[in-house]
Amino acid sequence: MSRTPLPYNPKVLDLFRNPKNLGKMEDATVTAVAGNPSCGDMVTFYLKISEQEIIEKASFESYGCAANIATSSVVTEMVKGLSLKSAWEDLTWKKVTEAVGGLPSIKFHCGVLAVGALKRAIRMYFEKKGTAPSWLPQEHTFEEKQALEEEELARRLTKRLKTEEEK
Amino acid sequence: MVENVRELLKLHEGIKHEVYLDNENSSMVPQEVLDAMLPYYNKKAYGNPTLTHKPGWEAFTAIMESSQKISNSIGAKILEEITFTPGETEANNLALMGAAFANPTKGKKIVISEIEPINVMNVATDLMKKYGYTTTKVPVNPDGIVDLEKLKEAVDKETVLVSIAAVNNEIGAVQPLKEAIDIVKDKNPRTIFHTDASDAYGRIPFNVQNLKVDMATLSSYKIMGPRGIGALYIREGVNVEKILEGQIGTQKLWPGIENTPLIVGFTKASELAFNNFDANVNRMRTLRDKLVDGVFAKMTDIKFNGPKGDRRAPDNANISFRRCEGEALTIELSLHGVYVSSGSACSRRLLQPSHVLVAIGRRYSEAHGSILMKVTRYHTEEDITYVLDVLPISVERIRKIVGSTGVD
Repeated sequence: MSRTPLPYNPKVLDLFRNPKNLGKMEDATVTAVAGNPSCGDMVTFYLKISEQEIIEKASFESYGCAANIATSSVVTEMVKGLSLKSAWEDLTWKKVTEAVGGLPSIKFHCGVLAVGALKRAIRMYFEKKGTAPSWLPQEHTFEEKQALEEEELARRLTKRLKTEEEK
Repeated sequence: MVENVRELLKLHEGIKHEVYLDNENSSMVPQEVLDAMLPYYNKKAYGNPTLTHKPGWEAFTAIMESSQKISNSIGAKILEEITFTPGETEANNLALMGAAFANPTKGKKIVISEIEPINVMNVATDLMKKYGYTTTKVPVNPDGIVDLEKLKEAVDKETVLVSIAAVNNEIGAVQPLKEAIDIVKDKNPRTIFHTDASDAYGRIPFNVQNLKVDMATLSSYKIMGPRGIGALYIREGVNVEKILEGQIGTQKLWPGIENTPLIVGFTKASELAFNNFDANVNRMRTLRDKLVDGVFAKMTDIKFNGPKGDRRAPDNANISFRRCEGEALTIELSLHGVYVSSGSACSRRLLQPSHVLVAIGRRYSEAHGSILMKVTRYHTEEDITYVLDVLPISVERIRKIVGSTGVD
């Protein structure tokens, strides 16, 4: 059972109660998912990207806690109107955590996951297009690595559960 | 950080109705219990019970009378079989470590179930890692009932200790404790059998003589007594050594000055639970059934966790809401004045949800979306009606945030 005190600040609670840009986007250019419901933390980002590679709008859905909902909500607001390059370079989990007024340390990974999903969406856009700009590093960023690590953990947990069921 | 919490509390201003259902993790103390305790702080018996003056002798008398009442409530033979500890955690530590260390010739194997309370699990792990004991965890069936065949296999001539909770704290599963004890004693009469009875006490008949159990843990707050006090029953003749050093008072297994007001409060709570035992149990069961039936009548995509009917403690309701993350739901409910806890792991970097729900075969996502609620005899029909109004709205809002994400 969860027993850690969670002193969420009022901004996190406000975003939890009134999240911005919530919901599926039917005309999204790219959709990216990070996390896994097995970990109790999963986010989907929808981006509408113009031909000039500007993020026209962003929305999200979150299977996660208040911190995940709040950070995802601010990510959608922060990237709106940015070029893909600026969005990639400007958004880090630290900035996102600051934008929600800070998070308890055990909740940092929620912000990391939100940024991980955004970066994954940007990467997907260029993969679909078949070209990669020079500013896009080949190596995964910290946030993307964390998302992968969390998903790998979820796979291991689920696999273990299935093996136990088969026994 | 405390500033943040003050702000969070402000958001709760103006709540019309409050229903506290997180009695797993702490509980309110009824006025009549407080009234029984207060004189012991400043009117009488505030002395040290081992010392030779009137306030000390008063304290000694109060503690002995309390021991007698607590031992009567579980059918113990003599009051010396009760040791007051600062709570369930300490009682479980004393039981497992104290019995393991006092009986080195009985072997170094410990058997518990897969769904023991965390404090029993952690003591067993500690004994394994630091002191070279081995721990076997016996599996449970999908209702959370311990597999007695597997228990039989797990016990051998090296087994010093078995610990199985009489009632599981998360899903209310009532274990076939008598059968389990008989099986263990048949296999090895020297094995010591401990049960954490915190969730059985005051909820189902629990008699240490009938069960022939060697040790049993009781918790005060789980029967709406004050926190910071519990007890360990140790049957006369069972070897247990103390695990803390200090000045010994009236109790040879727990050093330090006895906390008379808390002991008196615990005893008062016990009297209130047992004076009208059947009526109290029926009241809890009626309220719990109204809650669970109401949830199932109003909502879909949900799953009931644990057994139904007589195999379940009368106060316990545990329900998984699919497509709904549990921690988010506890916050949403709190903003509506309904206080519960969740089996979600979202507050841990470990990402592991409730081990109990996983052990009964729930998917991880179902464990993350679970809510534990425990009713008490102090709740009213109106309280339950209010919860049934608020819960569907709250789950609906969280499910809207989830959308199509996280559906597995």
